[in-house]
Amino acid sequence: MAQGSWRMVSSGRMAGGLGRIACAIAAMMLCAVAMGHAAAATKAAVTPAATTKAAAATKAAAATKVTATTPAAATTKTPTDKDCLGCHNLKASAKLQARPVSVYVNAEIYEPSIHAKQGCVSCHTDIRSFPHPDPVTPVSCAGCHAKETSAYAISVHATAEREKKSRFPACLNCHGNPHGLRAKSDPKSRVYPLNLPRTCGTCHGNPEIAKKYGFPDVYGLYMDSIHGFALTSDGLLVAATCASCHGAHDVLSRKDPKSRTFPRNVPATCGGCHAGVQTDYLAGAHGTAMIAGRPNAPVCTNCHTAHQIAQVEGANWQLKTVATCGNCHKARLQSYHDTFHGQVTQLGFVATARCWSCHGSHLILRASNPKSKVAPANLPATCGKCHKGVTASFVSYEPHPNPHDRRQNPGLYYTALFMNLLLSAVFLFFGLHTALWLARSSMGGSRGDDNGASGEQ
Amino acid sequence: MERAVNSNDSDRYYFRFSLGQRYLHGLVIVTFLGLAATGMTLRFSERGWAKWLAEAMGGFTAILSLHKLCAVLISAGFLYHIGAILFRAMIKKERGLFLGPYSMTPQPKDALDLFAMLRWFLWMGPRPQFDHFAYWEKFDYWAVFWGMAIIGMTGYMMWFGPFFARYVPGYLLNIALLIHGEEALLAVWFIFIVHFFNSHLRPEEFPLDQVIFTGRVSAGDYQHERPLDYSRLGESGALETLRADPPPRWLENFSRVIAVVAVGVGFSLLVLTVISFWAE
Repeated sequence: MAQGSWRMVSSGRMAGGLGRIACAIAAMMLCAVAMGHAAAATKAAVTPAATTKAAAATKAAAATKVTATTPAAATTKTPTDKDCLGCHNLKASAKLQARPVSVYVNAEIYEPSIHAKQGCVSCHTDIRSFPHPDPVTPVSCAGCHAKETSAYAISVHATAEREKKSRFPACLNCHGNPHGLRAKSDPKSRVYPLNLPRTCGTCHGNPEIAKKYGFPDVYGLYMDSIHGFALTSDGLLVAATCASCHGAHDVLSRKDPKSRTFPRNVPATCGGCHAGVQTDYLAGAHGTAMIAGRPNAPVCTNCHTAHQIAQVEGANWQLKTVATCGNCHKARLQSYHDTFHGQVTQLGFVATARCWSCHGSHLILRASNPKSKVAPANLPATCGKCHKGVTASFVSYEPHPNPHDRRQNPGLYYTALFMNLLLSAVFLFFGLHTALWLARSSMGGSRGDDNGASGEQ
Repeated sequence: MERAVNSNDSDRYYFRFSLGQRYLHGLVIVTFLGLAATGMTLRFSERGWAKWLAEAMGGFTAILSLHKLCAVLISAGFLYHIGAILFRAMIKKERGLFLGPYSMTPQPKDALDLFAMLRWFLWMGPRPQFDHFAYWEKFDYWAVFWGMAIIGMTGYMMWFGPFFARYVPGYLLNIALLIHGEEALLAVWFIFIVHFFNSHLRPEEFPLDQVIFTGRVSAGDYQHERPLDYSRLGESGALETLRADPPPRWLENFSRVIAVVAVGVGFSLLVLTVISFWAE
C-alpha cells in the first residue's frame, strides 16, 4: 500500500462535510489487503484518480449486470442484514464459491459479533440498493476507527510495510475474521488479553518469519516468563501481555524515542503496573542516572530482560543476576567473588548475600546517602538481616575486599603478601628437596646404595 | 613389602607408634580429606569441577555442615594431643619430651641432617644417620600443628564472626578468610606432594610405609632408617620392651585400602587445585 492512501485517510477524516461516499472511497484502501479483497482490488486503485475511475467502472457494471440471483426482487431500499444474509449465508452456493474471493458470510459467526449491531451496510457503505454493484468497494476500518487507524499508520507494522514493500500485518491480521469480530473484552476475541500473545506469536513466535524480517523470536521467551505464566497458568487479566508494554496499534521500534520500549521510557511503561517499584527506581542511583541522561544508566529491562522476565525469588534468576550487575560493576563483582558470599553464590547456591541483599534492588542508593542500606549508620541493620548479634565493630568487614589495594585494607594487603611469600618459599624449598631426593633415590637404587658415590659409611 | 636385610630381621617387629597415635593419624586423614574436599570446592567455586563436586556432596548446606563437622573433630584431636603432651610433661613428669632424640623440637642435629641430606642428594657425601624422628618428619608435624592452629583459629573466627567482631574489628574477618584459604592451600599441597612423597611414595618406601597404620616396624627397616635410635635402644635393652608380633594380614590390607583412598582423593584434589590456581 502506497503512502498516498494514508494521507487520503486523514484528509478524508478532516473533510467530514464533503460527503460520506467520497470519504469512504478515499479511506477504503486502508484494509484492502487484510480484508482479503486485495485480489479483487486492482493495483491501479492505489492512486486517487484511479480509485475514482475504478468506482465509476464498478457502478457502470452494476447497472448493466445483475449478479445477485436471489428470490428477492430488485429494490431501491437499503438492504437489511437479513437481506444480505439471504444470499451470503449460503455456503454451498456455487455462484458464491466461484468468485476469486469468497463472499460467504457465516451468520452464526456474524450475528454474535460486535459489528452485527451496526449492520452490513455500515461497513459496505457503497451498497445502497439491491442488486448491488459488483465488485463492491473494499471496506475501510478508518471510517469508524479513525483513532486506531491513524495510530496504526505510524506503527512499526505500517512503516515496515511501506519501507520493505512487503505485506505486514494490518487490522485483520490481528483482529481476525471481519464478519466475526468480537470486543477485546470478549474471551473469543483474538485480542482478548489471554489470547493476544498467541495472536502476536503468529509472526513473533515463528522462527522463519523472525529470521526473514530480522526481529527476535520472543513468543517462547514471553510464555516462559513470569508474565506469561501469570497469563497462561493463572489466567490473570492484569498480567502484562504484548500490548501492555508495546501498545496495541501504535507499536513502535524500541529505537524510536517515542516508543514505550525506548530505554528512557521503559520505567514508565513497567511503572504502569509496577508503580511502587518505579517510584523506588526513580529515586535510586540507577533512576537518577537515567533521568540525568547517562547513556549507560540501566532501566528495568537491563536487569530483568525484556521478555524472559523471571520470578525474582527463583534460584536461576538470583544466581544469574549477580553477573548482570557485574556487567557494569566489574571490579565489585570480582571482589565479591573473593568473599564467602561470592563463593557460595558461584557454587550455585542462594543461601547467602547477593548484590541486592545489601544494596537493595530498586531503591539503590550510594553509601554517601544517609538513607542508603549501605550507609555506615545503617550497616549493622543491613548485615544484621542475616548475621545475628552484629555490632558496630562487625561492619568494618569489607564485603568487596581487594588484597592488591594497600589503602583499602593494609592488613589484608600485607597478609596477602606474606602468604604469597610463605607459599613460594615452602614450595620452592620442598619442591627442590623432593625432586632431588627422587632423582637421588632413583639413580642410587632403592636402598642398597644409600651412601655417597665413594661408598663410605 | 620386602624390606628385610636378612630373614631374621624380617620376623622381628618393634612398636614405633602407639594405638593412640595411629588413631590420631587416622582421624587427621579422614577429617583433613573432608576439610580439603569441601574447602577447596569453596576456594575454587568459579570452576566447573567445584560446582559439580558441591552438587555431588549434597549442596552448599551439606558442604558447610561437613566442613564444620570435620573441623570440630580435627580440633578435638588437636586439643586431645595438646592435653596428652601436657599430661605426659606435667603429671607423669616424662623427660625428653621437649628436648632430646624423642622430642619433636627441632634441634641442631636436624639442621646438620638437612645439610648432609642435601649433600647426599648431590652425591657429595653419605646419607646421614637419623635418630627417632628425621627432620622432615618434624617439619611435617609442625606444619600440621601450625596449620591446624592458624586454619582452625581463622575458621572459628569466621564461623562465629559477629561474636569475634565484638572484640576485634570486622575487617579482620577479611584477613581471616585470606589466611584460612591460603594456609589451607599450603597444607593441601604440602600434604599431597611433600608428605606423600617423603613418607610413602619415595622409591625407598614405595608405594606405602605401613608403620603409621600397623604401628610396627621391622628390625631391618628400623636399623636402616633410624640407625642411631636402633642401636641406642639395643644397647640400653629398651628395644626388647617394644617387641611386637608381625602385623596381621587384615591390618596390612586395611592400611593399603586407606592409602589408596587417601592418595586417590589427595591427588585428584591436587591436580584440580593446581590447575585452577594457575588458571586464576
